[in-house]
Amino acid sequence: MASSDNVIEAPVIQARGLLKLYGATRAVDAIDLSVKRGEIFGLLGPNGAGKTTTILMMLGLTETSGGSVDVLGFNPVRQPLEVKRRVGYLPDAVGFYDHLTARENLTYTARLLDIPRREAGGRIMEALERVQLTDVADKRVGTFSRGMKQRLGIAEIVMKRAEVAILDEPTSGLDPHATYELLEMIRGLKKADVAVLLSSHLLDRVQSVCDRVALFNKGKIALMGTVVELANQVLGAGHPILVEASGTDVAGALRGIDGVQQVVADGPNGQEGGAWRVVADRDVRAEVARRVVSAGGSLTRLAELQPSLEEVYTRYFQEARHAA
Amino acid sequence: MPPSVARTSAREGSPFTGIGPVFVKEFSDHLSSARMMVLMLFVIAFGAFPVATSLQTLRQVVDPNSYLFLRIFTLEPEQVGISFTAALNFIIPLMAIGLGFDAVNSEFNRRTLSRVLSQPIYRDALLLGKFLAGLATLAVALVALWLIVLGAGILMLGLPPREVEVARGIGFLVVAIAYGGVWLAVSLLFSVIFRSTATSALCALGLWLFFFILWPQLASAIFTALAPSEIRSIDDYVSAQSFGLALMRLSPGTLFTEAVLGLLNPETRTLGPMLPFQMRGAIPGAPLPLGQSLLLIWPQITGLIAGMIVVFAAAYVIFQREEVRA
Repeated sequence: MASSDNVIEAPVIQARGLLKLYGATRAVDAIDLSVKRGEIFGLLGPNGAGKTTTILMMLGLTETSGGSVDVLGFNPVRQPLEVKRRVGYLPDAVGFYDHLTARENLTYTARLLDIPRREAGGRIMEALERVQLTDVADKRVGTFSRGMKQRLGIAEIVMKRAEVAILDEPTSGLDPHATYELLEMIRGLKKADVAVLLSSHLLDRVQSVCDRVALFNKGKIALMGTVVELANQVLGAGHPILVEASGTDVAGALRGIDGVQQVVADGPNGQEGGAWRVVADRDVRAEVARRVVSAGGSLTRLAELQPSLEEVYTRYFQEARHAA
Repeated sequence: MPPSVARTSAREGSPFTGIGPVFVKEFSDHLSSARMMVLMLFVIAFGAFPVATSLQTLRQVVDPNSYLFLRIFTLEPEQVGISFTAALNFIIPLMAIGLGFDAVNSEFNRRTLSRVLSQPIYRDALLLGKFLAGLATLAVALVALWLIVLGAGILMLGLPPREVEVARGIGFLVVAIAYGGVWLAVSLLFSVIFRSTATSALCALGLWLFFFILWPQLASAIFTALAPSEIRSIDDYVSAQSFGLALMRLSPGTLFTEAVLGLLNPETRTLGPMLPFQMRGAIPGAPLPLGQSLLLIWPQITGLIAGMIVVFAAAYVIFQREEVRA
């Protein structure tokens, strides 16, 4: 990974045993978490799993009930101003003042940040350019679409020159194109060496941008690591491949290959169908091709399956439910 | 409660960081809003009528009062049945409620609150900035109104006000702004408590109507129920009267009326029952000097300001404990 060279310094966000109680409910139950500079870290989990509460504690917007959290070397409970000066936050379904223009909204933020007036104008234009909102800079935000507001939120973070960006459900409620654009902008933040912490339940989208993810379940972090690591943990190690073939006993041929652990019919016709999902302890694609062809079958597709976060997620929560 | 554990650790940085930008934004929002226009129209409509008729009367009738300008404020023309100050007693709360009822909950509903609070400011600055901006807006409106009345007086009566009249007029302005501040704090409190702006407005207006219409009756009912059945001495009478007055003075409107009475009617010597010994050596109808009038209404002024601070503090405490997530 390109960013792995600059992931050597101290973490920008470090939580140890972070706890949040609402009465007797443990909304966040003693989680440990660290985010490094220049990485995109995803907090994933169903609604109500404690993602937003964790984020609010990192910003000092809600009090912690125990444990510690450290953001850029500051304690958000005691030094919230220092933390908030350096961290950009895009809340879930961010709102702006509808009667003000995009530029006026950012000007207000710039004043709150105490950015000198001379400098503020340039920084605002620069930020609006980064999110492609320059042509509507002087339109009232009331006329903006949801996607434009989210982008304006990113512009605010860019203008702030934040070292850490915390994005809560940044893509929820956006159409696919707007989602794609927003994820590109998040990648842009990473290129500018900003650490990004984002929460989401839209898994396939998140998978494409996150370096590491943490899977939340009932206030606890169930799993943490890269997508591949999680897949290995939940789905088991091995190389999953997809085989589409016909004209012979494909399943039998596949089972005969050395190293194949599992063969599951995966076609549109169920057990009869022409597609199988194969898990082996090594890359067996070449062997599969040889076997199928030599058995007189016709091979129509042979693909390596990327472990999908969605699969990990679904499987994990199925198992968690069975265990309960 | 566990949250109080974290609360004990001191937080760093001034609570007033960022109060300036909040004040400037809220103030300019108020001044340019359509709501402010409506409120001003309302004030002018309600204020202009008593003032115009008072001026008509003062031009035609020779008024024995030497404080002619102050009579514009206090004269109760027969055609209207309400003086300018009585109209203000009614309108100022409405203006203040109009300015404050959606101060905090609208930020919540527009989902701007968490974004603004993620900038380097404390909640203290946001709430105080909003309150001060509302108070400044109220002050601007009242000063403008006051100047208009004074200008109309000079034009219609053809003579300038005396210094002491201007001084008493300014005192009246201060009292009016403090009175507005109480209601602004009340509406701010409701805007913190209720997420719905409609509920908050309804509660603030309900409280206003309660004090304006219901409380005088309720206070006298309580007074009749609790007052001693027979009055044997002057002391009994005085204590019963002062109990009744204390009940009435729980309403900010009463404090405002009394303070205005002391300021604009210089001959006012007492705001309670007039006792014979207070009349000893007094020339009936002679005006008090400004200093003595101020001394007389000092408790009313401090009462209004204290009420404003207490209600604001309540709003502040509740706001600090509120969760910012929607």
